[in-house]
Amino acid sequence: MSQRARITAFVAIVFVVVSVMTAYAVGAASSYRRSHDRPPTVAIVSDAAAVTAASRPRIVFRHTGIDSQYGVVASVPLDDPGGARTFADIACDRVDATTDVTSCLRTERGVVTRYSLTEYDADGREIQQVSVPGIPSRTRLSPDGSLVSTTTFVSGHSYMQVGFSTATEIRDVGGEGHGNLERFTLILNGERVAPRDRNVWGVTFADDDTFYATVGTGGATYLVRGDLGARTLTSIADHVECPSLSPDGTRIAFKQATERDGTTWWTPAVLDLATGKRTVLTAEQRNIDDQIEWLDRRTLLYGIPRDDEAGVTDVWALRTDGTSRPELFIQQAWSPSVVRP
Amino acid sequence: MYITLSDRPQAPVGTPRGRRRRVAPVVVTLGIVSLVTDISSESVAAILPLYLTGVLGLSTISYGFVDALYQGVSALVRIGGGWAADRGGHPKWVAFLGYGLSAVARFFLLFSAGLATVSAVISADRVGKGLRTAPRDAMISAATPPSQLGAAFGVHRTLDTIGAAVGPLLAFAILWWIPDGYVTVMVVSLGFAVLGVALLGLLVPDRPAAQPRPARTPVRWREVAQPGLVRLLVVAGALGLLTVGDGFIYLALLDRGGFAAHWFPLLYVGTNIAYLSLAIPIGRLADRVGKARVLVCGHAALLASFVVAAVSWDATASTLLALLLLGTFYAATDGVTAALAGRLVPTTVRASGIASAQTVVAVARMASSAIFGVLWFVLGPQLALVVVGTGLLVALPLALGAVRRLDLEAGAAR
Repeated sequence: MSQRARITAFVAIVFVVVSVMTAYAVGAASSYRRSHDRPPTVAIVSDAAAVTAASRPRIVFRHTGIDSQYGVVASVPLDDPGGARTFADIACDRVDATTDVTSCLRTERGVVTRYSLTEYDADGREIQQVSVPGIPSRTRLSPDGSLVSTTTFVSGHSYMQVGFSTATEIRDVGGEGHGNLERFTLILNGERVAPRDRNVWGVTFADDDTFYATVGTGGATYLVRGDLGARTLTSIADHVECPSLSPDGTRIAFKQATERDGTTWWTPAVLDLATGKRTVLTAEQRNIDDQIEWLDRRTLLYGIPRDDEAGVTDVWALRTDGTSRPELFIQQAWSPSVVRP
Repeated sequence: MYITLSDRPQAPVGTPRGRRRRVAPVVVTLGIVSLVTDISSESVAAILPLYLTGVLGLSTISYGFVDALYQGVSALVRIGGGWAADRGGHPKWVAFLGYGLSAVARFFLLFSAGLATVSAVISADRVGKGLRTAPRDAMISAATPPSQLGAAFGVHRTLDTIGAAVGPLLAFAILWWIPDGYVTVMVVSLGFAVLGVALLGLLVPDRPAAQPRPARTPVRWREVAQPGLVRLLVVAGALGLLTVGDGFIYLALLDRGGFAAHWFPLLYVGTNIAYLSLAIPIGRLADRVGKARVLVCGHAALLASFVVAAVSWDATASTLLALLLLGTFYAATDGVTAALAGRLVPTTVRASGIASAQTVVAVARMASSAIFGVLWFVLGPQLALVVVGTGLLVALPLALGAVRRLDLEAGAAR
């Protein structure tokens, strides 16, 4: 090929590639606008009824229907989870709520994408907003709403290096942070250790001093009991990820990791704190990557992404008896939290 | 020395000093190939964590564990790429294979829905990157007279780093426009990868005046292991062991509360900007005062960044200064290492020589990251930096003494 022919070929390739890229992007943009301009397909409550709905027992969650309300925080009555949903005025990636406080982890899009935690009071007024270091993963409030925890994925720290780690923090709602939990004193199997590759994630609060979380180090995961005052994390079991304390404080629901097809596969499980007995709920055969929420003493809630619709998730309910099948609990929903005034 | 005059195709022997000399066109073309390829890879790398967690609903903890493995594979492949380029005598087509592999990986990324497939695709991309680096640097070396190598690598690395800085910004701009536009970013990334491959394949001549090597002779380590190169490998490896990744410096700055967490993603952009603005001037400086000397002195900038990160001082100023120093460090080491290594071996094993130096540096820095990570948790960020910084302070004069001869040899070759 002559130099001239090569240049012509290259210019032709540039033309084709740029045309295809542009056409694809314009098409994707208009289809996004179309799908996100339409109203939700699920039943919604009118504004007038919303005021009363907010004072009743309810489930607060993130709405994930591909529509004008995508990502907006919604709630349904506890006694009618499949019923009409009430939308709040805030959009979150991850949300947790008590009667007094709502914590909201959000991705702030822009040319530089940033991440934040916002705390709202019962009337939806902002208490404070702080930056978090990475992509929202988990947030939990303590039962009385005075502490909030966040787990975020921190990525892309360094030039020429890709890698992830988690940053988990506990803050006073409306106040200051207690620092990254990685800096707390770590006691594994009764011994004080200081491994370098430690990650902490998935906090669940017992009260305003005691909490549980997962510590990952050396390829193993541990359930730790945390003491906020003493700044210690003490292992009480291993092979436990993303713990969630039952309402009566006796059991931990978590996801148990196994290997399947060369990748990690998580199955919901329950650990009895007093006896150490663990029940793996194999009635759920799908991969569960969520911090479980307790609906009541016998039922767990968690989100599962839909296979056929990217970005759409459903919340499923699973009884802890070990035999019942999982049931669809709230469709087009994510990050459920049960609020009982 | 091993470099002969036949090695200088572009500039006549008696190029007058003082007049600004242009770098060979092929260096600029290779720089643009790197630029579009970096836009391609960095745009996807920037959105991948969000895509995995936000759309595919995966947690990414396991991703970090395998990452170190890929880096090791990439380092080994790099040696293989250099060796294949020298043995076959066609560095362009080895580099083409590397760029092509990465482009094919981008194509398959469009259809990957799980962590396992995404990881496989990313590792194929890394293998491609490992494969192409040394042959490409050997081509830059072959097209440039020795006295201008620093400047030529400076031009290449500047273009390369512009791509690395533009990629993430482009990706996030697309997501800003189309909030669920991850696939759009991947399509755009594939497009840029195809452009890079097409540019290399169509417009870069195969052997820009490299010395013909007897066809398909095996490359022997004896040929590569010239005393000068071995000396460079030892010094670069030792300094690499004392090189703390800039990620740790950012964390140390964050630990001191030097800036809000939301500026975190911008820090490496800042380092890149410093790097790309300094690569050419420092490359020219290396041509004038000696590449080995500049390479070693670049580590003094790294040492200074430790000091800035370790001492208490005005937060904004120390952050900006640390980024500037890190950029200086990369500008004085990355391209300069390749420029120097390519000259310390016979032209027939040039790609292997460059690959050896880059691999030694990469492996030493991986080891140093692991060691520094331990120090970080045992001693705390500031004290850990002081310890490694003291080591670097001791090593610098020794290294400077050890490479003196390299620059003298370089002077003789000029």
